[in-house]
Amino acid sequence: MNKVLIIDDEPLARSIVKEYLQQYPELDLVAECGDGFEGLKAIQQLQPSLIFLDIQMPKINGFEMLELVDNAPAVIFTTAFDEFAIKAFEAHAIDYLLKPFNQERFDKAIAKWKEQHSRQVVAKTDDLLETASLSPSQNQRVVVKNGSKIKIIPVHDIYYLEAADDYVKIHTSEGYFLKNKTMSHFEQALDQQQFVRAHRSYIVNIQHITRIDPYEKDNHVAVLRSGHKVPVSRGGYGKLKLVLGL
Amino acid sequence: MPASLFSVRRFTVIFSISWLLLMADHAALLYWFGLSVQDAVIDSVVSNVLLLMACLLVMNTIRYYVPGINQYMNVFCMCILLTIVWVVITKWLLSGAIDGDTYPAFLRKSLVIRGSIGFLVMGILTMVAIIWFNWQEQQKSEERKSDAERLAREAELFKLRQQLQPHFLFNSLNSINALIGIRPQEARKMVQQLSDFLRGTIKKEETQWVTLKEEMAYLQLYLDIEKVRFGNRLDTLIESDEESLEMKLPALLLQPIVENAIKFGLYDTIGATVIRITTSKQDGQLVISVCNPYDPETSTPRQGTGFGLKSVQRRLYLLFARSDLLSTEAKNDIFTTTVRIPDLPGGHRLS
Repeated sequence: MNKVLIIDDEPLARSIVKEYLQQYPELDLVAECGDGFEGLKAIQQLQPSLIFLDIQMPKINGFEMLELVDNAPAVIFTTAFDEFAIKAFEAHAIDYLLKPFNQERFDKAIAKWKEQHSRQVVAKTDDLLETASLSPSQNQRVVVKNGSKIKIIPVHDIYYLEAADDYVKIHTSEGYFLKNKTMSHFEQALDQQQFVRAHRSYIVNIQHITRIDPYEKDNHVAVLRSGHKVPVSRGGYGKLKLVLGL
Repeated sequence: MPASLFSVRRFTVIFSISWLLLMADHAALLYWFGLSVQDAVIDSVVSNVLLLMACLLVMNTIRYYVPGINQYMNVFCMCILLTIVWVVITKWLLSGAIDGDTYPAFLRKSLVIRGSIGFLVMGILTMVAIIWFNWQEQQKSEERKSDAERLAREAELFKLRQQLQPHFLFNSLNSINALIGIRPQEARKMVQQLSDFLRGTIKKEETQWVTLKEEMAYLQLYLDIEKVRFGNRLDTLIESDEESLEMKLPALLLQPIVENAIKFGLYDTIGATVIRITTSKQDGQLVISVCNPYDPETSTPRQGTGFGLKSVQRRLYLLFARSDLLSTEAKNDIFTTTVRIPDLPGGHRLS
C-alpha cells in the first residue's frame, strides 16, 4: 500500500481529490490536512509516498511547508490560478492539477507518478523548491525550523545573513536561525535593492546599516543599528555604494 | 467644446469692436487735421481694411503654425515686411481714390506715422494671437492628457478586477465540482449564487451609485460562496443600522475590502475566522467597518494595505479627491478597515 496525503485548506477541494482517489484501492489515504503545519506533522509521522498539495494556505504556503520537510515525498500540486507556480512545476513537479480538474486529468497525474515511482526515480522535490522559492511571497519572509517549532521571519526583520558551512545563519533581533540553503540562493531570492552581498560570506540588509567604516586596508565594515559589525569586501563596498546611491 | 466656442465668439466680437473704434478714431483724427468728412472716411476705411487683411494674414499663419521661442524673430520680420507692403499699397490706392490739392503732400508726410501706427497695431495683435493660440494649444494638450489618464485609469481598474477574480472563480468552480458528487442540491445552489455574483460584477459600472442595501445583498452572495469554499472556518457577523441601509455608495466598493479581510483573516490564522462588518450613519456620512483577526507575529505590515485595498483607495480618491476616506487599524490581533462615504449633494446621488 502506498500512503497518500491531501493538504488543502478548502474542505471541498479535499473531498474532490478523495472522490477521485476511490478509483485507486492501492492508494491509501492516510490523512487530510487543512494547513501547512498539520501537513508537516502528518508527513513526518506518516511518511506518505505521495502528497496532493495546495499552494495558497494559511500561515505557511505549500512551498514553505515543503522546504521544512526532510526527505520530501513526491508532490502533485493542486492549485487554482498561479501563473508563476505553473512555470515552476513544468520543470520539476510530478504534475500540477489546475482546479477544477476532472477524473481523467487526475488519472493522468496518478499514472505519471506511478511511472516515476516504479522506476524508483527520486522525487526532484529539491529542484522544485529551488525554483519555487523565487516566488513573490517568499521574497517577503523566510520560514525556518527551530527545533520542533516553525519560525516565520519577515525579511525586514533580518539583519544580515552569514555563510556557515552547508547552512546560512539568519541573524535577527531574536538571535540567529539556521537554514539549509546556499548564500547564492538567498542572494537571488531576496530583493537585491534591500539585501546586498557585501562579502563572500555575508549578505546585509541595508535598512539596518547605520554607517560604514574603513577597516584595515582596502576593506570596510558595515555597522548595524543593533551594534553588529558585518565585514565588507572591496567588491561588496562597490555594490553597497551603488545601492545606497553614494 | 461649447465653452471654447463661446470664447471664440466673444473674441471675434471684441476684435470687431476694437477695429471699428480704430477706424472711427482714424477718421476723426484726419477730420481734425482738416480733411473733409468724405476724404477722412475713405482714407480710414481703405487703410484699416487693408491693415485688417494684413493682420488676419499674420493671425492665420500663427494659428496653424504656432511659433516656437526661437522663431519670434521671423514673426517680427514678417510684421515689418507686411507693414511696408501695407503702407505701399495704401499709398497707391489712396492717391487714386482721393483728389485734392493738399492731400498728396499730406499723405506723403503722414506715411511714417501711418507705418508706425500700423506696425504697433499689427505687433500687439500678433502678440495677443500668439498668447491666445498657445493657451488653446495648452488646453487641448491638457484635455488629451486627462483623457489619456482616464483611459489608463479605467484600464487599470479593469485589470485589477480581472486579476482578483480568477482565483476566486476557479476555486468556486472546484468546490462546485466537488459538490456535484456529494451534495448535488448544494452544487445547484452554488451555481446560482456564483452566476448572480458574476452578473452583478459585469452589470455594474464602477461609477454607478447604489444603496447600501443593494451592495450588502451583493456582498452576501460573495460571502455565501466563500462560506461554502472554506466551510466552518469562515463565519460572518453583519451589523447594520436601518438608517445606513438607505444611504448610497459607489457600486462594488465593499467586495474588495471584504475579500482582503477574508484573505488576511483566513490565511493568517488557523481555525475559525470571524469577519465582522458594521455599517452606520455618523455625522451624515456612511461608515463601514470590516474587521478580521490576524497574527501580529507573522504578518508583515505590508500585507495590511495589500493589493485590494490599494485599488479601493485609488477609486475613492478618483471619486472624491480625498485620500483619507479609507483607514486601517491593527489592535488586539484584530485588523479593522474603515471606509467613510461622504454624503455628496446632487451629481452622483442622482444617477
